[in-house]
Amino acid sequence: MTSLRGRLFAILLSATGVIWLSAVLWIYVGTRGELEHVLDTRLQEAARMVNSLVASADMTSPAAVLPSLPAEGVGYERQLSCQIWSLDGRLMARSSGAPDTRLTEAASGFSDRIVDGETWRVYTIANAATGARVMVGDRLGLRDRLVSDLIKGLLAPALLIAPLLALLIWISLGRGLRPLRTMARDVGGRDADDMSPIDPVRAPAEVKPLTQALNGLFAKVEAARRHEREVTAFAAHELRTPLAGLRMQAQIAMSGGAPEVRQGALQQIVLSVDRTARLVRQLLALAKLDANAEPQACEPVIVGDVFDEITATAPEAGISVKIEPALRELTVVASRELLTLALRNLHDNAVRHMPSGGTVTWRSSAAGNGIVVEDEGVGIPEDEIPLVTQRFFRGRNKSAIGTGLGLAIADVAVRRMGGELRLANRRDRGGLEATIRMAPDSRS
Amino acid sequence: MRILVVEDDSVLANGLKVGLGLAGMTVDCVGTCVDARAALSTSVFDTVVLDLMLPDGTGLDLLREMRGAGDRTPVLLLTAMDETSDRIRGLDTGADDYLGKPFDLDELAARVRAIARRGSGRASACLSAAGILLDPSNLSAALHGVPLSLSRREFSVLAALMERPGTVRSKAEIEDRLYGWQEEIESNAVEVHIHHLRAKIGRDTIETVRGLGYRIRVTS
Repeated sequence: MTSLRGRLFAILLSATGVIWLSAVLWIYVGTRGELEHVLDTRLQEAARMVNSLVASADMTSPAAVLPSLPAEGVGYERQLSCQIWSLDGRLMARSSGAPDTRLTEAASGFSDRIVDGETWRVYTIANAATGARVMVGDRLGLRDRLVSDLIKGLLAPALLIAPLLALLIWISLGRGLRPLRTMARDVGGRDADDMSPIDPVRAPAEVKPLTQALNGLFAKVEAARRHEREVTAFAAHELRTPLAGLRMQAQIAMSGGAPEVRQGALQQIVLSVDRTARLVRQLLALAKLDANAEPQACEPVIVGDVFDEITATAPEAGISVKIEPALRELTVVASRELLTLALRNLHDNAVRHMPSGGTVTWRSSAAGNGIVVEDEGVGIPEDEIPLVTQRFFRGRNKSAIGTGLGLAIADVAVRRMGGELRLANRRDRGGLEATIRMAPDSRS
Repeated sequence: MRILVVEDDSVLANGLKVGLGLAGMTVDCVGTCVDARAALSTSVFDTVVLDLMLPDGTGLDLLREMRGAGDRTPVLLLTAMDETSDRIRGLDTGADDYLGKPFDLDELAARVRAIARRGSGRASACLSAAGILLDPSNLSAALHGVPLSLSRREFSVLAALMERPGTVRSKAEIEDRLYGWQEEIESNAVEVHIHHLRAKIGRDTIETVRGLGYRIRVTS
């Protein structure tokens, strides 16, 4: 699990560290350049000063130690060493602590030289008037110490402050992320039924996309649940009526009346059980359709094969089924399951509304991309045509064991395949004409 | 007792027709609001058993129409939706009673009898006049405490006369109570039933009013 707080903490802390280190590096380089310049100028000035002293003093005694220069010491004392050489190469004087060997071979100006294992920076002035050459130098090691002491002075408080800063960042992050935690607590503490949207005003701007997405999800879940409740209520309602009929008929059969009354009641019970079983089957089909909202895998389906499956499982006495040969050979690209479901329900609907001896006719539509079924029943009153694809709608011309779901299932299945179901009364005679129009690209 | 059943489910409608028939009632069944309106405008019913969900409208609309037009026929609502709010709405619209599906046949018959009785202004479940006692709940009859053996049709004819003792009932009115629409009425059926009844309860109890019909003679 990644913690947002932990991640932000690591990012902020390392960024701060990098910035600090860069600053130290920058100060180091900058200070060093400045220091060289200052110390070089000091060497130059000291050399000039000694040179002017030499000019006004008698420099005849050889190898005199200049008493004016500072004595022993540690730290930054005795930084400078001075040597005075005659132009012909004799050491005329030197400061205490200055090496005996010549500091530089250069005739004049700045030069670096290693003397006794130490690097020296030396400035030389040659004076023809006095016949002396003044050399003033300092050790580079001392310069380095100066810079490193400066940097240490900078780093020490920084290292002390670092944990304090880390603590401050950690606490600030905690406070900054509080709206998220509050939101999480609000959502987490909700009842399962509470689908009210999160107050978008209270959420900070950065969290708004999240709250909007959550609110969108809540709305969708709520709509799905409402739909489910409606379907369940409808189903319960639709199941209660056949149950009432069953109970009534069972009580009649038990009442010990005339044999023909009992016989009639038992027949009604069988009819009701058949019808209720069909209702349950169709409710399951519809629930399956509702649950599988994502597009189904499509494949080329030969319509004739589907009809073989449908007519094999639903033989109906007294009604003939005619399927046009051209339709049998038609191939559509569709989900086989959905196509079968749609055709089976349309077929059932046609057969159930037929008078005995009639013919259900299946053919392809004139345009060639549709499947048409015609029955010879009484059709649907015009005002009910838009309503019959609603769930549980049972019109005036309903069949004895209809459930009010068949056309609804066919309609949902066809729409799920990207097609369209059209219902119309036949013009040539009584009966209904149902047309499945597939999406244009579904014909192969 | 003549009952109109408005129910679109064929099995349940058939069950109501046969079941209430066994309880001595004459039942006519219709499946739509349109047919129910036609039936109510042409015949007089003692009670209407009304389903709430009909193909061409709701039972509540039909009930509202009936009450709006001043029809006081007792109405018992049948519904699959048994939320309390549905019941309240039904009763407030003018229903006299309410049953949720599925229900018991005997309970339905008892409730139908009860609201029909209240509709006719009687409080007692039994009918009594001229020493005769009729109990519609079990179709039993007694004359001065001695049980009478009556056929269902005879019972209906006698009940029709005894609901308002002393008032004349026409032959057509009695036929209406005896037969539903689909039943064939034999031309002299009422006369035959009256004849049999007179043999069982005495010649003078049922009086023929020439040209008008029959009535129960009320002895003071």
